Amino acid sequence: MTSYYESSARERLANVLDPGSFHEFLPPTERVISTHLVQLETPAAFDDGIIVGRGTLDGRPVLAAAQEGGFMGGAVGEVHGAKLVGLLERARDEKPAAVLLLVESGGVRLHEANAGLIGVSEIMRAVLALRSAGVPVLVLDGGQFGCFGGMGIVARLCDAIVMSEEGRLGLSGPEVIETTCGVEEFDSRDRALVWRTVGGKHRYLLGEANALVADNVAAFRKAAISLLDTKPDLSLEALTEEHEKLGARLEKFGACRDALDIWSALGIEAPEGLPLLEADAFVAKVAGRRA
Amino acid sequence: MDAKTLLEKLFPNGSEVAFDGLYFAGTGESSHGKVAIIGSIDAAPIGVELAFRMAGEVLRIVRDAPGRPILLLVDTQGQRLSRRDELLGINGYMAHLAKCLQLARNNGHKIIGLVYSEAVSGGFLASSLLSDRCYALPESQVRVMNLPAMSRITKIPLERLEELSKSSPVFAPGVKNYLKMGAVNSLWEGDLAQRLAEALDVPPEGDSRRQWGEEREGRKLARGVAERVRHAAG
Amino acid sequence: MEKLTFEFLGGAPVNATRAPALVGVVGSGNLEVLIEPVELGGRCAVEILTAARGFGATWEAVLDDFFARHKLADVRISINDVGATPAVVSLRLDQAVEDFLGGAA
Repeated sequence: MTSYYESSARERLANVLDPGSFHEFLPPTERVISTHLVQLETPAAFDDGIIVGRGTLDGRPVLAAAQEGGFMGGAVGEVHGAKLVGLLERARDEKPAAVLLLVESGGVRLHEANAGLIGVSEIMRAVLALRSAGVPVLVLDGGQFGCFGGMGIVARLCDAIVMSEEGRLGLSGPEVIETTCGVEEFDSRDRALVWRTVGGKHRYLLGEANALVADNVAAFRKAAISLLDTKPDLSLEALTEEHEKLGARLEKFGACRDALDIWSALGIEAPEGLPLLEADAFVAKVAGRRA
Repeated sequence: MDAKTLLEKLFPNGSEVAFDGLYFAGTGESSHGKVAIIGSIDAAPIGVELAFRMAGEVLRIVRDAPGRPILLLVDTQGQRLSRRDELLGINGYMAHLAKCLQLARNNGHKIIGLVYSEAVSGGFLASSLLSDRCYALPESQVRVMNLPAMSRITKIPLERLEELSKSSPVFAPGVKNYLKMGAVNSLWEGDLAQRLAEALDVPPEGDSRRQWGEEREGRKLARGVAERVRHAAG
Repeated sequence: MEKLTFEFLGGAPVNATRAPALVGVVGSGNLEVLIEPVELGGRCAVEILTAARGFGATWEAVLDDFFARHKLADVRISINDVGATPAVVSLRLDQAVEDFLGGAA
């Protein structure tokens, strides 16, 4: 059993897709690096922290991208963002069964902040255009750096999200909130608090993550296969329904101070025990209780 | 410029806009007929409620006023930073707003963004940057992070950042940098009602920001790299 | 940052159609090693970009050892380093060669 959390982006792609099926576009040998990092005397990576390419999943053609958190926290710079935008546009041309995004990112890369922010915006537009064209975009989130900043918005633009408990999803990372608003607002070193606020289990209970899996690549692969037939729906009806759900969330949980209060309000008995459960036991326990 | 003055200049033929806290919405009479308006004031931090409210207004416009152009006038200091917003999934509320705007776009609504005061980071991503074309007033402020904060986090000396920012638009605050990089299409000066009329005349297009960034030499890599991935062999 | 280049002679050429290999990540205390077949007239060329200045002699010693273990020719090795220790560098170099020579020819 290979840990998804501990794997590199390349290992994740190799193990999630069908064995030997991955073919990379603009591989490291092309040396498409960030000239902005070089200008700031900061080491660049030959793939700029993202691997994009094609492969098959359960025999079906997919395009896939994986962000490498080990390089600058997976943050989006000009080249990094453009590689993902190019892949999403390619998907519009090719109409694969799905696009897989193996996200791991702190958001915008500060060394090239403006280029990164615009890049994320272009990714958002490209995801929406691709979904409008009928190609589903699936997100896998279980890496060490989680998925934050603009990539946190991107993830929620997609058709489905697979998370492990270790995967985290949000906008402003706990460290950012603690630095700006103080430790009493968010203690980023309180791991239990961090995980129950932005971790996979809470996201699954809120209905944001479609699947909650154990931390191994085989489980992520299996969940991704099960979501391959997701049909993108950006209709007025679908978005009105989403709007009502999000409105109900604000009404029901808007006054909650902690994830435990929300889990309690969902009718889950002894919610404080949830973080201790293995993925399968957790999913079984909360069945029928998700928002 | 405050929002009320701005509305008078954009819509000399009148506008009906309701202000409620940091949020406002309504319609304005342009040379091309009614335009829907959604905006915020006082450098609003965009949290779950504001994003939700703006999305609701977009859905209402799509339902009740098919095809009506939407003008985003969002003044924001960025996303609201709080544990509660994260707990409730603020990124999902922003994504929902983006999806609603895409629905409007798909249904033939033109979406125009005008940064009239401040646009920062996540708040910018969730608003004006989602428009077909984003414009800005010359005196507006656009940024991800100021240079002293960036210096602290990246551990690159402030003097070095300040020096480099004279020649590179890539990281330093400034609406001109965003213009150069193609995120802001143009700066609106002079007769704002006329600028709006011109923007309303622009035919529907894809996301051309990379091209503008390349032409203006502010973002030289993005277009070519995306193109190479799109057309790579295999 | 510092750029270092080294060359080694007297190795045995590898099959020129061998697929390039990349191991490691450009993160603190780590490095990425890209190894690819290139017609270099029998040389093995190493190019390093490192965040840590002034360690040329250490790199040379690590690479001498590496070349003694793997006598490569017509190969280019490119490294992006963020202050990895010599032990980590040796490990990554060995992993890269293993991937490279073990991969499909």
